Amino acid sequence: MTSGRRGRGRASDGWTNPLRDPRDKRLPRIAGPCGLVIFGVTGDLSRKKLMPAIYDLANRGLLPPGFALTGFARRDWTVEDFGEIVLDAVRAYARTPFRQNVWDRLAEGFRFVQGAFDDDDAFDRLERTVEDLDRDRGTGGNHAFYLSIPPGSFPVVLKQLARSGLSAQHGDQWRRVVIEKPFGHDLRSAIELNEIVNDVFPEESVFRIDHYLGKETVQNLLALRFANQLFEPIWNSHYVDSVQITMAEDIGLGGRAGYYDGIGAARDVIQNHLLQLLALTALEEPTSFSSGQLREEKSKVLNATRLVGPLDETTARGQYTGGWQGGELVRGLTEEEGFDPKSRTETFAAITCEVETRRWAGVPFYLRTGKRLGRRVTEIAVIFKRAPHLPFDATMTEELGQNALVVRVQPDEGVTMRFGSKVPGSLMEVRDVTMDFGYGTAFTEASPEAYERLILDMLLGEPSLFPVNEEVERSWEILDPVIDFWAAQDTGPDHYPAGSWGPPSAQQMLARTGRSWRRP
Amino acid sequence: MIVDLPSCTTSKVNKKLVELRERGGVLALGRVLTLVIVTDDGSAIEGAIEAANSASREHPCRVIVLARGQRKAAPRLDAQIRVGGDAGASEVVVLRGYGALAADEAGAGMVMPLLLPDAPVVAWWPGEAPAVPSEDAVGKLAQRRITDALAARNPMKAFEQRRAGHVAGDTDLTWTRLTSWRALLAAALDHPPHDPVTNALVSGEAVSPSTELMAGWLAVRLDVKVKRSPAESGEGLVLVRLDRASGPVELIRPDGKVGTLRQPGQPERLVALARRGVPDCLAEELRRLDPDDIYGASLAGLTKVSRGRTPVKAGSTR
Repeated sequence: MTSGRRGRGRASDGWTNPLRDPRDKRLPRIAGPCGLVIFGVTGDLSRKKLMPAIYDLANRGLLPPGFALTGFARRDWTVEDFGEIVLDAVRAYARTPFRQNVWDRLAEGFRFVQGAFDDDDAFDRLERTVEDLDRDRGTGGNHAFYLSIPPGSFPVVLKQLARSGLSAQHGDQWRRVVIEKPFGHDLRSAIELNEIVNDVFPEESVFRIDHYLGKETVQNLLALRFANQLFEPIWNSHYVDSVQITMAEDIGLGGRAGYYDGIGAARDVIQNHLLQLLALTALEEPTSFSSGQLREEKSKVLNATRLVGPLDETTARGQYTGGWQGGELVRGLTEEEGFDPKSRTETFAAITCEVETRRWAGVPFYLRTGKRLGRRVTEIAVIFKRAPHLPFDATMTEELGQNALVVRVQPDEGVTMRFGSKVPGSLMEVRDVTMDFGYGTAFTEASPEAYERLILDMLLGEPSLFPVNEEVERSWEILDPVIDFWAAQDTGPDHYPAGSWGPPSAQQMLARTGRSWRRP
Repeated sequence: MIVDLPSCTTSKVNKKLVELRERGGVLALGRVLTLVIVTDDGSAIEGAIEAANSASREHPCRVIVLARGQRKAAPRLDAQIRVGGDAGASEVVVLRGYGALAADEAGAGMVMPLLLPDAPVVAWWPGEAPAVPSEDAVGKLAQRRITDALAARNPMKAFEQRRAGHVAGDTDLTWTRLTSWRALLAAALDHPPHDPVTNALVSGEAVSPSTELMAGWLAVRLDVKVKRSPAESGEGLVLVRLDRASGPVELIRPDGKVGTLRQPGQPERLVALARRGVPDCLAEELRRLDPDDIYGASLAGLTKVSRGRTPVKAGSTR
């Protein structure tokens, strides 16, 4: 999205790299000498996403020669065992073909440190490992720490990093930390977490990963809006009736009780992914695509975002019940293993926001998310007002809905436009048709995984796709009243059958203003 | 699916394409460019189509293969349309022209009606290319013209033609094969110490257009003395050395697979640097549809390069 100072080949001391030229678009950005330490290397995310992404980056020649990958876990592994695990993960999940040549170079930089998070000795060994890497592999004192661990363990790991001197930055060298959501579970805990992290790492060294922001389609949203003349003129309350942002999953929560029970859909998805998507949909044009400018516009739009009340009419929550879904008998949430049979955790959440700017005055932004819904889909639907229909009478346009522009984030990435077209025949009759741009079908195989992009940006020190402290806290500020309101209710969440599109209250919430949810 | 249309015309081909689209759904929508492959009829066609199909996964396109058949035969056009599983994310139209239809002008005339509306046209000669691609009948239809000097019978002669006849919009896969080398060298200079480069040495096989082009690029970018010497052993480009006051930056690939990066004060680093295949290069070429100024400048920079005769042994250049 941006080419920082590195892209222009200019270093901090005013020196310009003679081999770089802005016109030379072939030259990729390769990260400088560095190493990555992963905590929680045995986890699912690490195996399915991080390790394959690192291999794919290496395969595309974007990692520096001498790159080092260090695993830290409790398991009693040797470096060879660790290498085997990474190899299995790469073979199973990597996007690009396996090349022995690339793998051999990458594997030379593997290290493994065994230990628990409260083990001083283990962190001292990690410190020595990192030092050895600087000497043997030339990582140049530049190291990133990826905390792929439950947030409960953040304080102890961060304290250990500070104690062992691993987080200390000297001169030109950098130390960075990467954390995954959840960034707290309400405003207070988010502030606390930020304080703990910022205690050890300054804010510019903290990279919060929201993998949705690394997706090509999300970045394409900015290109769609600001590189084209076609859409921006109608991107305002004059023409837009409402915006619906949906992130639905068809799977349930079996096996995720430990994390999910008591957290719920709103905290899990709306606070981060959906509010970020809202920000990208609603933001004003940044003066440039530098990370600072983009972040400023995002902050502005989030600061202007408010909940629409009264909350009992403009929000909905639900919990799935068991039943037949898509030919499979599934269990309800309260019957899932590990969940409290009386659990009141919501698995469906919908809220109404508005953005208090001149551009969006009066346009509701509906955000919804849920588990065990009709199908897995994430999309942003911009729904337009009806045309005044001057030359047509009512019978001619009976079957005409509202025009819509839908950005499909996943799966089947692309853009759909819905508009009216004449039905063939002697009568004048107008009916909805769709026009489709399939970003997905043709591009997916070659377009990089979100994690690839994000890891590379982190190693390059390009913060544009990472939400900052301020955005995280502001998002909680927006959402907290809803969570408090729901917690204060005696009843609910409403039940909905697995495989449906949420409880009836979700439909009512839109029906009150004469609207209805789009079926994605 | 493969549909053969023996002895036909392009309007029949067009009609069939529309028919196939109606039958198979949205086949031809979302294509971003037309790729015209110009080659002689023969076994080389399938390799080129395969490369184009794999590149089409990144750049959905319509591929038109112009396969020139026997010139002495009676004039005839045999067409073949491939869609779906036989064409990756593209649709492939193979036009085999015989007799008068094997001539350049007639070939361009057959391609014209099949170009996608509004979309850019890229011409690619996977084997022998015309002396001046931009003046070729098909080359004139295209914004971008891709050639491959290394695939020619006489690579150095072909490369010399590229240099003499270069116009904006031309590129050669010789240049594409250098991208990973160039990226590593540029990245090596990104980091301190930021000393100016005083001298450069480029060494490779005697017949290696890529080595020439690397020397040209360094000469024009660094504006210092660049020497191009033969390498004692190794394939293609073998060594680049950039001399600086603080010590040389060296990138060496003696075996055509693994490179070694040496920088003063830093440990030696190995890096995967295998020679790139044609599909990979083609996908990179199609990523850019505007003229590559840096390539043009590098070709021009070749005049500034000095020639060494003594073969350089990889690994002992200090």
